[in-house]
Amino acid sequence: MSIDRSQVDHAAELARLELSDDERERLRGELGQILQAFEALNTLDTEHISPTAQVIPLGNVERDDVAAGSLPQDAVLDNAPRVEDGQIRVPPVLDES
Amino acid sequence: MADELYRLTLHAASQGLRDGSFTSVELTRSLLDRIESVDGRVGAYLTVTADMALEQAADADARRASGRDGPLLGLPIALKDVLSTAGVETTCASRILEGFVPPYDATAVTRLKAAGAVTLGKTNMDEFAMGSSNEHSAYKPVRNPWDLDKVPGGSSGGSAAAVAADECLAALGSDTGGSVRQPAALCGCVGLKPTYGRISRFGLIAFASSLDQIGVLTKDVTDAALLLGALAGHDPRDSTSAEEPIPDYAGELNRDIGGLRIGVAPEYFGKGLDARVGDSVHDAINTLQSVGATQRQISLPHTEYALPTYYVIAPSEASANLARYNGVKYGLSDPQATDVDEMMARIRGRGFGSEVKRRIMIGTFALSSGYYDAYYVRAQKVRTLIKSDFETAFRDVDVIAAPVVPAPAFDLGAKLDDPVAMYQSDIMTLPASLAGLPCLSIPCGFVDGLPVGLQLIAPPFAESRLLQAARAYERTRGPLPSPTKAIDTQ
Amino acid sequence: MTTAYRTVIGLETHVQLRTRSKMFCGCAADYANARPNTHVCPVCLGMPGVLPVINREAVDHTIRTGLALNCEIPEYAKFDRKNYAYPDLMKWYQISQYDLPLCVNGHFDVEVNGATTRVGITRVHLEEDTARLTHVTAADGAPASLIDVNRSGAPLMEIVSEPDIQTPAEAMAYGEKLRALLRWIGVSTANMEDGALRIDANISVWPEGEPVGDVKVEVKNMNSFRSLGRALAFEIERQTARRERGQPIEQETRGWDESAGVTRSQRTKEYAHDYRYFPEPDLPPLHVTRQRVDALRAALPRLPDQVAADLINQGAPEADVAELVQDRPLTDYTLAVIEAGASAGEAVTWIVHEFRRALNAQTNKSAAIPIPPAEVASLLALRAKGSVSSTMAGEVLDEMFATGKSASTIVEARGPQISGQDELLAIARQVIQENPQAVQDYRDGKGRAIQYLMGQVMRITRGKANPSAVSTLIRTQLDAME
Ligand SMILES: [Mg+2]
Ligand SMILES: [Zn+2]
Repeated sequence: MSIDRSQVDHAAELARLELSDDERERLRGELGQILQAFEALNTLDTEHISPTAQVIPLGNVERDDVAAGSLPQDAVLDNAPRVEDGQIRVPPVLDES
Repeated sequence: MADELYRLTLHAASQGLRDGSFTSVELTRSLLDRIESVDGRVGAYLTVTADMALEQAADADARRASGRDGPLLGLPIALKDVLSTAGVETTCASRILEGFVPPYDATAVTRLKAAGAVTLGKTNMDEFAMGSSNEHSAYKPVRNPWDLDKVPGGSSGGSAAAVAADECLAALGSDTGGSVRQPAALCGCVGLKPTYGRISRFGLIAFASSLDQIGVLTKDVTDAALLLGALAGHDPRDSTSAEEPIPDYAGELNRDIGGLRIGVAPEYFGKGLDARVGDSVHDAINTLQSVGATQRQISLPHTEYALPTYYVIAPSEASANLARYNGVKYGLSDPQATDVDEMMARIRGRGFGSEVKRRIMIGTFALSSGYYDAYYVRAQKVRTLIKSDFETAFRDVDVIAAPVVPAPAFDLGAKLDDPVAMYQSDIMTLPASLAGLPCLSIPCGFVDGLPVGLQLIAPPFAESRLLQAARAYERTRGPLPSPTKAIDTQ
Repeated sequence: MTTAYRTVIGLETHVQLRTRSKMFCGCAADYANARPNTHVCPVCLGMPGVLPVINREAVDHTIRTGLALNCEIPEYAKFDRKNYAYPDLMKWYQISQYDLPLCVNGHFDVEVNGATTRVGITRVHLEEDTARLTHVTAADGAPASLIDVNRSGAPLMEIVSEPDIQTPAEAMAYGEKLRALLRWIGVSTANMEDGALRIDANISVWPEGEPVGDVKVEVKNMNSFRSLGRALAFEIERQTARRERGQPIEQETRGWDESAGVTRSQRTKEYAHDYRYFPEPDLPPLHVTRQRVDALRAALPRLPDQVAADLINQGAPEADVAELVQDRPLTDYTLAVIEAGASAGEAVTWIVHEFRRALNAQTNKSAAIPIPPAEVASLLALRAKGSVSSTMAGEVLDEMFATGKSASTIVEARGPQISGQDELLAIARQVIQENPQAVQDYRDGKGRAIQYLMGQVMRITRGKANPSAVSTLIRTQLDAME
């Protein structure tokens, strides 16, 4: 299966990955090769097979609605690259959507 | 002996501490010295927490002096850097998490600490646990202690190399598609991946959530049983952790395995397998037969589909799990940025290595509209087929025996430019991962002076059976005729 | 020739649930007045390695809502990851529900001007809220966005309606009635001003007779029902005008600008939107047992519509009943007053108009109503007997609130109602004499003059005059003067 440049660009945009032109070109080839290998899956008849998302036969795992503690504010902010006014600061969000 | 305390197993060291032959502080110093002298060549550690370790050791000695005991009390253990550790930098060997110091411990770490273990530091790995050679660490590659020009396997290569080079008594790793078993085989240690859900994943930095499981790397089977006993159990913070009863793994370890039915599937012995590896595995199975096990041929017909199935599912989950790394809350930053969207995309572009980017791209693609059914859903259906292959087989056999890797450790750099060839080295470990089964790797010989492993696979939550079979093999096999490790001759 | 158009509106309502802890972690959910980033733990901050655990009460609240909206509750539900990249979303995916939501196929009846419209409820599902982002000029003078993570992970329920709504008035009625219902069953404060209730609208205008296509405009940012109505009215006009000019309607998201009174396109950047939903591997699915649903159904209070129908059957005026059932504590109180012997019609009307006024004047609003319902019933009985006038009844009620005394004690102390003709006639004449302007107004046909003069009589008699007697007297006196 071959992948064109716009497909690479689209996936990179969805994943919010800034890639260099070299990276895009290399990924185009590799992705094509890898997706080609995935084609093997289509040789199996899976029409009546149900998908397995999880291997454990668990269900209804819920907790009681009890408030436990939170972190102190400085522990929340300690790792943030920029902080202002007790909040995490980022460059302005220009896109309002 | 005192100068070679670092060579001990967990259980031998525990006995020494109990006998008063040495203290935990002495033992810990011995290991810190060993790390100091060899790790420059091995590259097994990303962070060594010497002060913390010595403090924990002194604490353990004090607890012992006050009459306390426990199977892990005072024993130095290394943690793969995929485990969150409070107050200790945790990077998953990625630039994007450089400098990140979590405020909380993974449940597995909490349990080790509660058992009185000493934590030596954080071991190197493939970035975000994606890789089979440990060359995908953003900081430095790990080298195989048997031959420093060879890879140690991955992604828990740092943990495996640290155990093999005697830089810790045992280590925790994580296994998503073979990341404990494969480096254990290539480095000649025991690697156990328990059933999915057996050990809490809380604090295990996610790669592929439906596959990830914490595992242990040890010098022998007894140690694996001891560690598993300390880690296993339900955790209310992990909704996928099992509430199954926890057997006394160490206590039941030496049970007679007479009548144990071993399944052998031709699918694991086909093309691509180095014949000498196959011979070692068959020898191991014969050894087990010599102590009462029986051998049966089984069929696992969907084995060949495990590779594409895994490489759809794992990257898909990873593409979501790794989305949070965007330079907003922690990790790499870009103070110059003027637009947050650009900043986030740029940080991800700079902070992730090539293998991680490749998998994020695969996963994003497989989940995207128009491809979701053809890839993601299809792979999940094939996962069902693979799982039911095992269910069928386990009606007739108690454990399945197979190789871990098709060939011994390869040269550093040999497969770096060929991701598909690299992925091929996982083909024998992927099926059990997809089915969530407990499995174990134990050294069963040498090829070209490099260790290779026997893989044993059991039904869900039959870790005890797995450990008993491995222990019976280990006991019967006796010490392997061991070529000298490169790290011991330099 | 002009084309007729029809409007198709569907509403997506996000509701913050009233729980003690957040959706997937143990942080306290009452962060409303907390300092920023003090109700945050590794889980809701999206730190590496954390895992979610489902809050049972949030699931129950969602099922309660589904039942109140006549939904089916399927046996199996699950959570999914909805992937999108925005700085207020800590994990860059939201745990939500995609193809197996907790509630499906319900309906909700709304009334506008006496006509009832049945609005289909497509689904009710559960998800987590995002952090709060504010846009500021930072201390260094640069523009910046600040993130307060307190809201991240708060339990959020989404109610999706079918596109069965046709007018802004119906949309507003849906919103108001939904808010009342959510408060009634106790699942949310549903306050729009705190963002506990947020309504987005999908609206499209189509030429009559043409099948409805799939192009729709999503309108966001309305923070009151009035804004919802205005925004929809604006969109109807905008889309109709475009259609009339033969311009296409673009599928887009538009934000309501309250001060300008317009909607504006929000697409400033062309990002691909593809949520790439897949089952949340960290959460096992939910098997919603019938026992659980039955227990939740059994514990639900009687719903506003049922209570309203009963009251109307018992003779209460529809408009007053509709007002009353906006407020469950007041409705419960009214039912208790009726239980204590008051007639439904009188109790509802008097409580909605007179009692609520007095209650709202109380300073301690959070406390339970301090007057036993039986006392209100006895006050209404005194009024019905003519022992107190309507005006006086209001004053007696104020005094009951103020002193805690019983209605009969207060009425006795004030003395009986004055209905003696002679006494009232004297007062009426005095009032007419003292207010020539009002008399002139009456002659000029201003009806309110009578009210004014009556008020003066009531003032002098301290409310003890029989109002209908006074009204008749004043009228005869004025007419006699002509
Ligand atoms: Mg939503
Ligand atoms: Zn939290």
